[in-house]
Amino acid sequence: MTTDEQEAIESEIYAFVGQQVYPPTPAADDVNDAMIRQWAEIMGDTNPAYIDKDWAASSIRERTISPPAMMYVWGQEGFQVTKGRAPNAMSNLVSTFDRYGYTGVLGTNVKQEYFKEVSPGDNVTIEMIIDNISERKATGRGTGYFFETLSTFTDQHGEKIGTQRFKVLKFIPQEQPAAAATEDKLDVPTRIASPRGHDNKWWWEACDDGKVLIQRCKSCGALRHPPRPMCGECNSMEWDSIESTLDGEVLSHTEIHHPKIPGYQYPLVCAVIKLAEGTNLVANIVGCSPSEVQIGMKVKGVLEQIDEKTMLPQFYPAQSGLNP
Amino acid sequence: MNEHKTLTRAEVSVGDKLPAADIDITTGLVVCGALATRDFEPVHHSKAAAQAVGLPDVFMNILTSQGLMTRFATDWSGPEAVVKSVDLRLGAPNVPGMVMTVSGKVTALDKDSGLVDLAVTGENNIWGMHMQGTVQLTLPKES
Repeated sequence: MTTDEQEAIESEIYAFVGQQVYPPTPAADDVNDAMIRQWAEIMGDTNPAYIDKDWAASSIRERTISPPAMMYVWGQEGFQVTKGRAPNAMSNLVSTFDRYGYTGVLGTNVKQEYFKEVSPGDNVTIEMIIDNISERKATGRGTGYFFETLSTFTDQHGEKIGTQRFKVLKFIPQEQPAAAATEDKLDVPTRIASPRGHDNKWWWEACDDGKVLIQRCKSCGALRHPPRPMCGECNSMEWDSIESTLDGEVLSHTEIHHPKIPGYQYPLVCAVIKLAEGTNLVANIVGCSPSEVQIGMKVKGVLEQIDEKTMLPQFYPAQSGLNP
Repeated sequence: MNEHKTLTRAEVSVGDKLPAADIDITTGLVVCGALATRDFEPVHHSKAAAQAVGLPDVFMNILTSQGLMTRFATDWSGPEAVVKSVDLRLGAPNVPGMVMTVSGKVTALDKDSGLVDLAVTGENNIWGMHMQGTVQLTLPKES
């Protein structure tokens, strides 16, 4: 974008700051039990302050209230929006952005503040303005501008119920939506795939078959893990393997909090486990809370299908009875 | 008073964790949540409209996320707490088939006014952070 183009769009969009999107408009319906009940049922909200008249009568408030989060609901335009909205300052601002190529749209923040509770029979009036527009910014989604609307809500006595600030990013999309995103099926992430090389592939394949193996030197009998081509004791390259019973003891452990990697279940405890056979294995501890994991704790491993592509030994506290 | 107890300010401390809640994101929740908040934008009830903007299916509208966030806070506090504000930042969309885990903790408490700040996060199991923010409410002095 050239400086001229930037000046051109900015002279247009900044003129919208302060413009009214909705003049003060009373809701078509008063706050009412039917809409509150429907909202509470769908949200799974069993708060008796919203729906239980008997309880409410004997509560501090002595009456039911509307869920505060419904403040914006009362004044929403109805089903006709599926056929398009009447032009107003916001839609004009949006189409101005679109005209300059800022076609991407993303709601980023909503802040509602509540000053007064309302009850069935009250009426909510909304007034909305375009409050501010940011300078041009480079974002992860693309270059764009944030605009913020400010809605003010009052009741039938003119008393202020609350405010809402809604921030939207209008941006130049960096790329077309990925084709994969339009497929019907959600792509459920799996764990990072095990690295299967020439010298360790056999170990992972045994896991896939339900066995945790330990490499054994054919010459001196020493066990070793992780898999490698040569015995560290006698330098022999001849080896076979034994199957572990997965009885073990925690040598060291840590809990991974951040970053949360898609495909992993949290809390996520990783431990170095000393197996009864004598070698160490890095694996997850499950079946107890992270705070219960201790050095020296006896554990028992079970090979489990972690996700569609991954079989791994998971270790449980030895006496928990949780392990099959 | 009865089984609906409300926490008092004496019973709460900074650092207290709220019990986490798993919410199944179903087509029913997305579509009906949009209806209950009178948000008739087609992307929240028409799969074709959602796919036209690059998503695999209908996605949850903001007012439903906000409703779930306040519900999570008042499920913990009890019904006589007064919600003062909800400040939420939006992340990845919630799409049917996902599970959103909501968690939170007390980050500030004014024992005199009873004003409590709760940091609340809703993460879905596929795309991660869906909503993150602060719910402020006031707790009564005594129940």
